[in-house]
Formats: sequence, C-alpha cells, structure tokens
Amino acid sequence: MTWKRSLCLAVLLGAGLPLFAEGAGPVNDTGTTAWMLTSTTLVLLMVPGLAMFYGGLVRTKNVLGTMMHSFSAMAVVGVLWTVVGYALSFGPSALGGLIGWSRGLVLLRSIDHTILPAGVPEYAFAMFQGKFAIITPALIAGAVAERISFRGWVAFITLWVLFVYCPLCHWVWASDGYFFNLGAKGAIDFAGGTVVHISSGVAGLALALFLGARHGYPKTAMAPNNLTFTLIGAGLLWVGWFGFNAGSSIASNLETARALTVTQVAAASGALTWVLIETIREDKPTSLGMASGILAGLVVITPAAGVVQVGGAIVLGAIASCACFSMILLKNRLGYDDSLDAFGIHGTGGIVGALGLTFFIRDSWWAEAAAKVPGWGVLAQLKVQAFAVGATILFSVVMTLLIAFLVEKAIGFRVTEAVEKTGLDHDLHGERAYGLNNLN
Amino acid sequence: MKLITAIIPEEKLDEVREALIEAEIERITVLRVSGHGRQQEIVVQRGKKVVPNLIPKVQITIACNDAFEDITVDTIIRTARHGAGEVGDGKIFVQELKECIRIRTGERGGQAI
Repeated sequence: MTWKRSLCLAVLLGAGLPLFAEGAGPVNDTGTTAWMLTSTTLVLLMVPGLAMFYGGLVRTKNVLGTMMHSFSAMAVVGVLWTVVGYALSFGPSALGGLIGWSRGLVLLRSIDHTILPAGVPEYAFAMFQGKFAIITPALIAGAVAERISFRGWVAFITLWVLFVYCPLCHWVWASDGYFFNLGAKGAIDFAGGTVVHISSGVAGLALALFLGARHGYPKTAMAPNNLTFTLIGAGLLWVGWFGFNAGSSIASNLETARALTVTQVAAASGALTWVLIETIREDKPTSLGMASGILAGLVVITPAAGVVQVGGAIVLGAIASCACFSMILLKNRLGYDDSLDAFGIHGTGGIVGALGLTFFIRDSWWAEAAAKVPGWGVLAQLKVQAFAVGATILFSVVMTLLIAFLVEKAIGFRVTEAVEKTGLDHDLHGERAYGLNNLN
Repeated sequence: MKLITAIIPEEKLDEVREALIEAEIERITVLRVSGHGRQQEIVVQRGKKVVPNLIPKVQITIACNDAFEDITVDTIIRTARHGAGEVGDGKIFVQELKECIRIRTGERGGQAI
C-alpha cells in the first residue's frame, strides 16, 4: 500500500498544479463508485427476473409475449432515459417544478466529466436511476398481461416514462422536487415506494379497468404455466433488490448496510407470513405464495429502508403480506382482472410501506427532524407521507388513463379476441415458448 | 360407441374446447403431438426462413355414445377451421369403440363414458 501511496503522491506533485487547480470539485471515491456500479447491475438483473416471474404466471400461449413486455422496457427506456429521461428527472425544476429540464443533460452530454459530491461519477448515478425507470413501467405489464398488443405496449411505456415516471421521479428525488422538501426532512421514499411501486401499481389497476378483463375471466381457469420460472424470477428479484435498496443510499457506508439488512429481513418476514396465512387458510403452503410473500416484503421495505430498524422491517413485511393477500381476495370478489396482481402486490405493498414506515422510524431520524422543526412527530410526518401517496396515486391514475386512451385510439392497445384466443406468442411474435411438452 | 380423434392446430385448442364444453361434451383427453401432413409451416428465425420437418399440433381424444358423434364432429370442424378453411386445419378420425370401462366402479359400456 505504501508504495502505491507514494506513487500517487509523486504523480500529484509532478502534475500537481493543474490537478489542484481543477480539483476544487468532489473527488472520485473508488469504493462508493464500485458499489454503485454493482448496484446498477443488480437492479438491471431484476428486469429479466421480473420477466421470468411474470412469464411463469401466464398461460403457455403467452409466455414470450409477456417476457417481451419486460425486455422491451429495457430496450425502449434504455434509450429514452439517456436521450431525455435523465434531463427531465434530474435537471433543475422547470414549469413551476412540475418537471426538471436541462438542455445539457440531453444525451447526458454535460455530465461527461462530472463527479458528484457523493464521490461517484454522475454517469454511475444516471445509469443507476435509469434502471429504476426501466423496471417501473415493466411492473405495470402484470396488470394487463395476456391481452395487449406489442406496439401498443411500446407506445404506452414510452409516453408513460416521459409523462408519469419522469415528473414523479423529479418530485421525489431531485433536490428541488416538491416531495423532497415537504415537512421537516421531506417525504420519506428511500428507494421508490411512491415513484416505483405505487405509481406502477395504481397505473396497472387503472389500465386493467380501462382495457377490461381477459376473454373468459374469471370463469375460465387461467393457471400459471411454469411456477419454476416464477420462483427463479422471485429469487432474482430478491437478489437484485439489494442493489435497488442498498444502492439508493448513493454511498457505501453504514446507511447502505442498514438498508441491505432491513431489505433482507422484510423479504423473509413477508415470505414467512404469506406461507403461514396459506397454511392456516388453505391447509397447504404454495410456491406461488412464497414468491408473492417475498415480493410483498420487498415492496413494503422499499420506501422504508433508510429509516426503519430490524424490528420495524419484520413487522412491515408481515403487515404487507396480510394486506396484499387481503387485496387479492378482494379483487377476486370485485371481479376486475389485475391479471398477475401488479396492483395487488406493488400498489398495496407500496402504500402500506409509505404510510406504515412512519411508525417505525429510528430515534436519530426524529432527533434530526426535531432539530429542524421543533416538535416534529409521527402525526406530522404521517400527513406528509399521506400527501405524497395521495398525490402520486392521483397523478399516476389520471395520466395513465389519458395515455391509455390516446394509445387505444391512435394505434390500438388491446388485441382482438382472435389474437387473445390464439395467444400473443403465435400471433404477435410468430414463436412458441416451449418445444413439444407443456400443454396449455 | 365411437372414439373420435381430432388433430387440430394448437392455437385453436381453447376455442374448440370452449365450444365442446358449451355442447356439453366435457370428457376429453388432450395431447401435444407433432407430425406432418400437407402443411408447410415457414418460421422466420433471425431473418432466415426455416421449414421444420414436424409441425406441432394438438390431438383431442373423445369417447362418446353414438348419439353424440355428429355434434362432436361438427363442433370441432366449426371451431378448428381457419376462416373458409386452410391447409393445416387438421383431421378427424372416427372409430368404432369396442369397450369402455370406468376403473373406479368397473361399469362397462355406454354408461361408463
């Protein structure tokens, strides 16, 4: 180590003057950068994970079409985010704070040399955030699986990212955003409870109601074609979620480890609770229940990972599974077709997490909040959380319906009944998922 | 008694099954099979046209009493056909069925179906 250090010193001294002249800005921290790059990779891994999760849950004739919904988000938003998405989300506030904008950020041109104060190249931050923009619209597909056209979907997610995700992202995470500056220390949304899960969950619900149920639902049994896929997908999501939550600290320190710990605990607690509910109610624990519980726990801890401790995470995970399970029972009674429970799990879990976290915040956070606004307490923070949740729901539902209406009128969103009966794989993609086995 | 074996396009399975259920023919066995008749299915893979030797189809097997033969056959023809009929819509074979036995009770003949 010493020779390396002296080498650095020699380099610094040798080329010292220009370096120091430029060196007024933040310096790159290799440890933090390495973790942020790892996190970025982990969050991207969640997208094929989601593709497998959803792909296993649909019928045999729609496997590839469904997996394409997730993968097309990688392709579409992967480009869109670097072209204008990042500028719209993390540029300085424009239009009265409704959205961000900076011409320099178009194609990420102005960040070519930027190191953020966190010690991370802005490229790493932009790519990390870009993965969130990819997975959020991909989550919506679960609510309208097995009945949407590919081109309608591509058009929808393009518009949805521009007009729903980017504004919300700006409100919550940009330093001059609305929610970032609510109350004493802002609305708490550590890794995307409102931006990612509530916004996509309620968008899914709105879309499912707008497009209507699948042909034959709920009379025809629509059993998952391959739960092995779903379990592998749930596993990949769990692993990827460490990048999603722990990476959201934009650091590699105590806060990161805290977020990682509560993420692990909440997912486990959620899985345990769901399986327990099934064992008591139906007598048999199912693998689908295990996968659903994992997801409920992960979703609920997403907004809370920065502020709750282990005890809170266990309770939140358990509450999330109870709430999501009840919501799915309610869905079956009401009869709307949220096909793979995008709202049932992401919407419900996100809302429970964003509100419920208020009761489990660690003392040091309260102390800091009280230092800024004397007497800041649970009720005051709950109001801030409820406002953020309510505004997100309202904004996402209204905009989603507007976009869905436009897409349906312009190029058609829902497939014809003939295509729905034949299946997306055959009619839209000309392929089949499996060789000879696995009859639908 | 008759044994009806139908080879149909796999994407028509749901439609045929729904129609059969509607006609109150609910006891069926379904298999995924592959073979070839006159149809040539061209599949495009990475821009290249590929003609598979064996084309996947679905086989439905139905045992029924004589009175149900016509309605079963007609229902399958009506629902498995693409539009006005295309090569590849499949075939139906009808055979005399010598015996039918319900394993649970040991019943034989028409009442076991």
